[in-house]
Amino acid sequence: MIGALRSVLRRGFECIERPFDRLFGPALNPLAQLGALGFFFFWVVAVSGIYLFIFFDTGVERAYQSVEHLTRDHWFHAGVMRSLHRYASDLTVVMVVVHLLREFAYDHYRGVRWFSWLTGLPIIAFLYISGITGYWLVWDKLAHYVAIVTSELLDWLPIFGEPIARNFISTGTLTSRFFTLMVFMHIAVPLFMLFMMWIHILRISRPKVNPPRLLAVLSLAALVAVAVWRPAVSQGRVDLAKAPVEVGLDWFFLPLYPLTDLWSKGAVWGFLGAFFLMLGLMPWLPPLRRARPAVVELDHCNGCARCAEDCPYEAIRMVPRTDGLPFPMQAEVNASLCVSCGICMGACPSSTPFRRTEELRTGIDLPDFSLQFLRERVVATAATLTDAPRLLVLACERGGGAGHVGGVVALPCVAMAPPSLIDFILSRDLADGVVVAGCAKSACYHRLGIAWTEKRFAGERDPYLRARVPRERISLIWTSALAAQSFEQELDMFRRKVADLPPPKPRPHAAPAIPRPAAAMPAPAVEEVGS
Amino acid sequence: MRTVLRSGGQFAVIAALFAAVASFADWPTYRQTPPGSGVVMLSFVHGADRQADCRRLKPEEIAKLPPNMRRVQECPRGRRPLYVELDIGDRVAYRASLPPTGLAGDGPSRVYQRFVLPVGQYDVAIRMRDTARTEGFDHQRADRLALGPDQMFVIDFRPDGNGFIFR
Repeated sequence: MIGALRSVLRRGFECIERPFDRLFGPALNPLAQLGALGFFFFWVVAVSGIYLFIFFDTGVERAYQSVEHLTRDHWFHAGVMRSLHRYASDLTVVMVVVHLLREFAYDHYRGVRWFSWLTGLPIIAFLYISGITGYWLVWDKLAHYVAIVTSELLDWLPIFGEPIARNFISTGTLTSRFFTLMVFMHIAVPLFMLFMMWIHILRISRPKVNPPRLLAVLSLAALVAVAVWRPAVSQGRVDLAKAPVEVGLDWFFLPLYPLTDLWSKGAVWGFLGAFFLMLGLMPWLPPLRRARPAVVELDHCNGCARCAEDCPYEAIRMVPRTDGLPFPMQAEVNASLCVSCGICMGACPSSTPFRRTEELRTGIDLPDFSLQFLRERVVATAATLTDAPRLLVLACERGGGAGHVGGVVALPCVAMAPPSLIDFILSRDLADGVVVAGCAKSACYHRLGIAWTEKRFAGERDPYLRARVPRERISLIWTSALAAQSFEQELDMFRRKVADLPPPKPRPHAAPAIPRPAAAMPAPAVEEVGS
Repeated sequence: MRTVLRSGGQFAVIAALFAAVASFADWPTYRQTPPGSGVVMLSFVHGADRQADCRRLKPEEIAKLPPNMRRVQECPRGRRPLYVELDIGDRVAYRASLPPTGLAGDGPSRVYQRFVLPVGQYDVAIRMRDTARTEGFDHQRADRLALGPDQMFVIDFRPDGNGFIFR
């Protein structure tokens, strides 16, 4: 049931993301920057809120007047700021909701990702409390409606001795101190929210908290344009002798408020409680079955820290050496954070398939998908290639290439394949061309797999793809699992390109991958990689 | 030129999305009650009498108490429930026995009820019993109400001599 829902949502997202990818490019695609945009709009709200506070008067009579003053008389700065404050708040809600749905659709919430999922839930609560207290401060008809419904909901809870809703149905009961309390809440709750946002990204390596500069500039410009086109205005002065029966609701912050007229207050609380409980339990419905975590082989680890640098989950840290080898540090895997993506294995300079040892070992390896197993799979799959040109596909198991028939070695992540593996395939004449096929560029399942692969191949990040490797025989294809047709088209183009290439010159030193006894192998052996 | 056009397209798409978000920031409007109706709010907080009168302790009972806690009277904390009836027009709109609040049942009883009524003239009568009596009422008031559109008519109670307040 949940899997089917996830699948439907994922299809929906991919349908939207493809045109966005075409217009914005993967780096600027707003759907791949939802978290960062959420942070961005939070800062817009914070800065505009500080500016508005200069003009705001926390008095029961003056609150409305001061907001009207800044909206009407100073529309060209404070009025625009008010609109920015309001619309950026709404956009924060949109970013949070779409971010949540997208992480659910792409299955980015189970396994070790439970922490980010769970710590995101208080952020939603804080965001809504911030917004509701903000609407209260304006003290217009909408504020009156919000005040009555919110306090009626709170009165249902057995907390307050006297119904606080009574304060909003007759004159003389409300004092200016109440607005001081509201201002305090409207400032304090977003600070708590910011604290939770920090905790939310604590376990993520290189979290995106700032959108790309161009996207930020475009978003801010669009926000200002909308603020000028449709300024946020108040909905008339509060008249406590009148019921606020017709209001222009903010459907992002107040969608549940009309429910209080249809359901009892207890039912609304029950719905909210059940909703948050369900969200909180989702990472374990059902739990993600994980392969065994990566294991450090100290005999082959020189403490270079590349694995720790490349791990997208902060699952590896460098600790003082324990085995007496002349290196200051060694890698240590936190098994509870490791998702067995293998990116660390691809980053390790010892991960070279050229070693002619009987048992191929590396500095950090996956017990369930070792480097030796990978090399055996590559050699075995290459042996099945018969049609010219022979193309070997190293495919991410979640990308478009995984479904291709024939000549495919599926990996947990393409960044698991060390660049030396490509060199190995081509120099040993196992194939005429190598296709590295990952997830769609804006939706890399392991977040950094595509980025690291591209940088390693471009010689911008260790371990590099050696200069001797013919680049024209390598193709990087980034497509989602639902875009198999697009993958096949790119594969065909590459096939034609490779078919037109002259046959590769045989290398004098090239030897078949014949294993030799492990005892003859020096440790650690890093000389095979890098260029 | 191509870059400028591309950036223009990106801006247009983002602005259109933001405009849609801004539109839903106060539209469509929501109407809580039907047109041509008003609201009568019955809301007050009042503590009924204690469940029992204070009792004078006997000398031997006082002697049993710790010296620093000796007193001559024992007064039970718990309060009686409040009994309230509200008539609007020719029907009983509300009738309830309201328990006291608080873990020990010693807090005031509270009521907060909303009645949405069509605009018009109504005879409103409110009655309340807050003592040990079982018949009749301790506080009551009746009046004729002209309820206007969207008007909020509040029925409150002030124990300090004013009794029920209609406003």
